[in-house]
Amino acid sequence: MTKSVIFDISVRNVRRHFLRSILAAIGIVIGVIAITSLGIMGANLTLSVTETLSANSDTIKVSPGGGPSGGDGGPGGMGGGSSSDEDEYIDEDQLKDIEQAASPNTVIPVYSESDTISVGDLEGRATIYGLDDTDITTLITVTNGTYLKSTSTALVGPTLAERYDLKIGSRIEIGDEDSDEGTSTVRVAGIIEERGMTYDISTDNAIVVSERWFTSFYGNEGEYNEVIVKLNDINDVDEVEEAIDDQLNRKEDEVTISDASRMLDSITSSLSTIISMMMGIGAISLVVASVSIFNVMMMSVTERIREIGILRSIGTRRSVVRRMFLYEAFILGVIGAVIGGIMSMIIGYTVVLVMVGTTDYFFTLDSLIYVPYGIAVGIAVCVLSGVYPAWKAADLDPIQALTAE
Amino acid sequence: MSSVPVISLKNVVKVYPLPAGDVVALKGISLDIMEGEFVAIMGPSGSGKSTLLNQIGSLDVPTSGDLFIAGKNIREMNDDELTDMRRDTIGYIFQKFNLIPLLTLYENVEYPLILKYGKRDTTGRPIELLKMVGLEGSMIEHKPTEISGGQQQRVAIARALVNDPKILLCDEPTGNLDTKTSKQIMDILTDLNRQGRTVIMVTHNPETATYAHRTIVIRDGRIAS
Repeated sequence: MTKSVIFDISVRNVRRHFLRSILAAIGIVIGVIAITSLGIMGANLTLSVTETLSANSDTIKVSPGGGPSGGDGGPGGMGGGSSSDEDEYIDEDQLKDIEQAASPNTVIPVYSESDTISVGDLEGRATIYGLDDTDITTLITVTNGTYLKSTSTALVGPTLAERYDLKIGSRIEIGDEDSDEGTSTVRVAGIIEERGMTYDISTDNAIVVSERWFTSFYGNEGEYNEVIVKLNDINDVDEVEEAIDDQLNRKEDEVTISDASRMLDSITSSLSTIISMMMGIGAISLVVASVSIFNVMMMSVTERIREIGILRSIGTRRSVVRRMFLYEAFILGVIGAVIGGIMSMIIGYTVVLVMVGTTDYFFTLDSLIYVPYGIAVGIAVCVLSGVYPAWKAADLDPIQALTAE
Repeated sequence: MSSVPVISLKNVVKVYPLPAGDVVALKGISLDIMEGEFVAIMGPSGSGKSTLLNQIGSLDVPTSGDLFIAGKNIREMNDDELTDMRRDTIGYIFQKFNLIPLLTLYENVEYPLILKYGKRDTTGRPIELLKMVGLEGSMIEHKPTEISGGQQQRVAIARALVNDPKILLCDEPTGNLDTKTSKQIMDILTDLNRQGRTVIMVTHNPETATYAHRTIVIRDGRIAS
């Protein structure tokens, strides 16, 4: 075919100026590496966050109040608790309604408070959760020690335990000496397994005590700060949320119902915005590369004016000349983009290992799809840079081209 | 020789518009060249003979007047049709040989064939033609820069013939060659003409012109004799 011979001429011309061609292709290599490894990193970051949060997709959280933010926290409000407004709580009647609506799923009412704690000389703040004994076993796994043995025992999160050097049997004084409630001491019965990012309650840096201790110390029995619904089947999320909404929010919005998917959506969407922005910056290197390809192609056309004249005078159509130069840009693009694609896998792997911390998701379609995508963009940029030079070459007047030196 | 004109010019005018004013390169040329003729076109520099050759070679079209090549009026053709005319009907032989430096000698001869048929040659015609002009063996795998001028012109003749054109156009075919090589090239052209091909040659050299049946002298854009 004509195509193969024309392609052959293009290949030979790239080889004739080997060094120049390679230098031009290096620009594309760098550009492709930039966008591809950033894309891979973004995909891995998103996948790893999604995976963590999906573990929470069986959880629905019911918070008091109509708005998502609940009441006003007040200046310098204690941010530790789920709800910092004293007036906002879920009462026993509402809890019954939730239980009815969410049946047969597990409903866990949660008391929580942010308070001063002290261990020996160390003072600080922590979130204190009050949970029913059976609910504690449902929600929490103890790695070290036992579940609550008596009212005055507590479970502590691993981060908290480390910070205060807590062991089984250590004493924690909860409360502020100057406040109405005074202080009370609990003994550590067990250390909670690390749970990381969770949607229900964040126990890593918290103290979990029994419901009885919590209500006797803070004295707000039947005023829950939030209610957690654990689903037996994650596909029931919408159905259960609707049932609770129907039951409680018919007249006015009494509670706010939320689940992990919304949080997941907002996190992944902001992640993807950041990644696209970074890829955009990476794409600048492709623009620079396209300028150098354009330059090399223009040099190639100028040097070969006479050759173009010969080709045209012995019967080569304009379209064929145009194709010959587009092939040349395409070849440079393929060389640069394929090398870039391979290198971006190596560099991408390293970046993912360092930045994301896990390469579990590296060899997935969502992550590696950026390699062919980056290669395609690299080649497209090259061919586009070749369009004007090719058009210029094809448009030369054969007589003038023949007389050129 | 037949009485059918293969090339026919009727009052051909070529004007080059320049910022300093129009340059009229051909001022109304009428001319018939019969099939099988060997015509030499002579004239001083700037006389318009190159312009005339470019018109006949379908590299350019007249500003006014008609130019028929093998029965077709090239003034009515678009660029692709003119290109196909150059490929199929005209064989061009240049003073500077004008081989494609990226291709081997064999590929240079094969190239117009590929343009015409869209595939690599299977008939052996390029090898045949190269043999006819005196090149064979491993020689034909060389690049044009590796051989002498005379050899390059032989390859150029083979290339011009590969699509079996009705007309051979030669622009100073011996201008860059020594006397001995010139004679060999002219002998090849004479042979081709004897086989029935129309040969039109532009030359400065009166000695070369003696090979032609007819000499047309151009002076100042007009036929002087």
